[in-house]
Amino acid sequence: MKKIIPIGPYHPLQDEPEFFKLYVEGENVVDIDIEIGYNHRGVEKLSETKHYDQVTFLVERICGICSTSHPFAYVNAMENLLGLEVPLRAKCIRTIVGELERIHSHLLWLGLAGHFIGYNTVWMWSWKYRENVCDILELISGNRQHYSMFKIGGVRKDIPQDLIPEVEKLCTNLVAVIDMFKGAVMDDPVIQARLKGVGVLTKEDAINYCVVGPTARASGVDIDVRRDDPYAAYGMIKFNVIVLQNGDVFDKAVVRILEMYESIKIIQQCLDILKTEKGEIEIKIHFIPKGEGLGRHEAPRGEVFHFIKSDGSNRPVRHKIRAPSYMNVASNKVAAVGQTVSDAAITLAAVDPCYCCTERAVILDRNDNIIYRYNDLIKLSQQKTEGLIKKLVKQK
Amino acid sequence: MEIIKKSLLKSLWVMHAPMSPCNNCDIEILDALTPRYDLERFGIQLVGSIRHADVLLVSGVPNYKNYKKLKYLLDQAAKPCFVVGVGTCSCGRGMFKDSYNSPCNVDDLVKVDAYIPGCPPRPEAIIAGVVKLINALK
Repeated sequence: MKKIIPIGPYHPLQDEPEFFKLYVEGENVVDIDIEIGYNHRGVEKLSETKHYDQVTFLVERICGICSTSHPFAYVNAMENLLGLEVPLRAKCIRTIVGELERIHSHLLWLGLAGHFIGYNTVWMWSWKYRENVCDILELISGNRQHYSMFKIGGVRKDIPQDLIPEVEKLCTNLVAVIDMFKGAVMDDPVIQARLKGVGVLTKEDAINYCVVGPTARASGVDIDVRRDDPYAAYGMIKFNVIVLQNGDVFDKAVVRILEMYESIKIIQQCLDILKTEKGEIEIKIHFIPKGEGLGRHEAPRGEVFHFIKSDGSNRPVRHKIRAPSYMNVASNKVAAVGQTVSDAAITLAAVDPCYCCTERAVILDRNDNIIYRYNDLIKLSQQKTEGLIKKLVKQK
Repeated sequence: MEIIKKSLLKSLWVMHAPMSPCNNCDIEILDALTPRYDLERFGIQLVGSIRHADVLLVSGVPNYKNYKKLKYLLDQAAKPCFVVGVGTCSCGRGMFKDSYNSPCNVDDLVKVDAYIPGCPPRPEAIIAGVVKLINALK
């Protein structure tokens, strides 16, 4: 008989809080239902009541983890509307902030993924080293989160020349950290046994469900807005798009780890440009004409899309936002179904809907009155890892 | 009452209720618990259920889908349970004040004992808020 496991609705670390209903038969997940709307604050409508400069700060507060991605896509949309080319220095600073955010977001995910499979050391370590990234961001923008660096036509703060060597040094230090995590994930037999072949999203399903970002790239879909439709400084910088083929949770983790190396490469190249390029950091804009603009940005989780319609006044008439998790979350329908309950937590987390402090999941068995909370679900997942460790030790 | 007060001061267990936040306050709350700031050395621990908690951390603006649940949540807590509003949103709704989906402030729903303003408050500010709460209890 079918049992229902509601997971949610409040997931404090998610982009978009959602409510998963897992239908289970015994240990196996047979179906999944997704409900969103718990975090609805009416940002699109609010945006129509604010003038264009205020909207930059409003869209920043859509998500705390992607707090550069939304302004990035928004200013891209506005500059598309205006037909504007921002100065090179501004482009580089934008790219640096965007990539730093990617590193911090991937480290955050890695920590949570470690927590879900019972590696709390990975959790604590990755959050510890995430602080170093926050320090760099604080050095550049003055804020740990919500950097407020973007404005239409440029950036609000310059990176002074004497700060560049320090930022460069701090970024180089991060490479050793990523090396450590790469070793911790890719060389560990337990993590390999635990994550390989779990939550597989095939290439065909990835295309059918329109997934984006690392979720798609782990399934062999070679898409990346930074390379396919270059904006900011991405057009003049060399970097690789990491694509893996298996589509399981292990590949999703590896894609994110390898992407952090690319981000550091991008930051270093941008800093090199900043050393020689001495120009303006913004273009003053006095008037927003009638028209429509589209803006895209490759956020840590995938493509963010913003659409702006202007009627010539100082407020947008329509502002449409599409965040990457909206597509990625739906792919759980194929990735989580057929898995066991102990794999469900890590599979749902693998698309990076930020899944940390979720303590509301309850398994209700109406006949036997067994109640599992979300903690128990994580415990189940952690127990499976422990079992694997014991098995591997025995084999040796 | 004395013994309750005495035991409260030693280790406050917190539960965290996000009322449609932007995640940032939640990250900073977790940040305060991870190695750099490490609130856990003072016995402050994040727990999964309100029935275990001494402090309810509220972040974000209540919306129509969840605003009734905050009171419901607090009713289930073992008393005394303190409510702390983390972030500008839970202090006074900030820029979401005019939103069509935001019915009221957090303090219209429950009595808030401490406010930690900031968007988001730094982990240091959260620690300072907790210290002030403990001092007020003494």
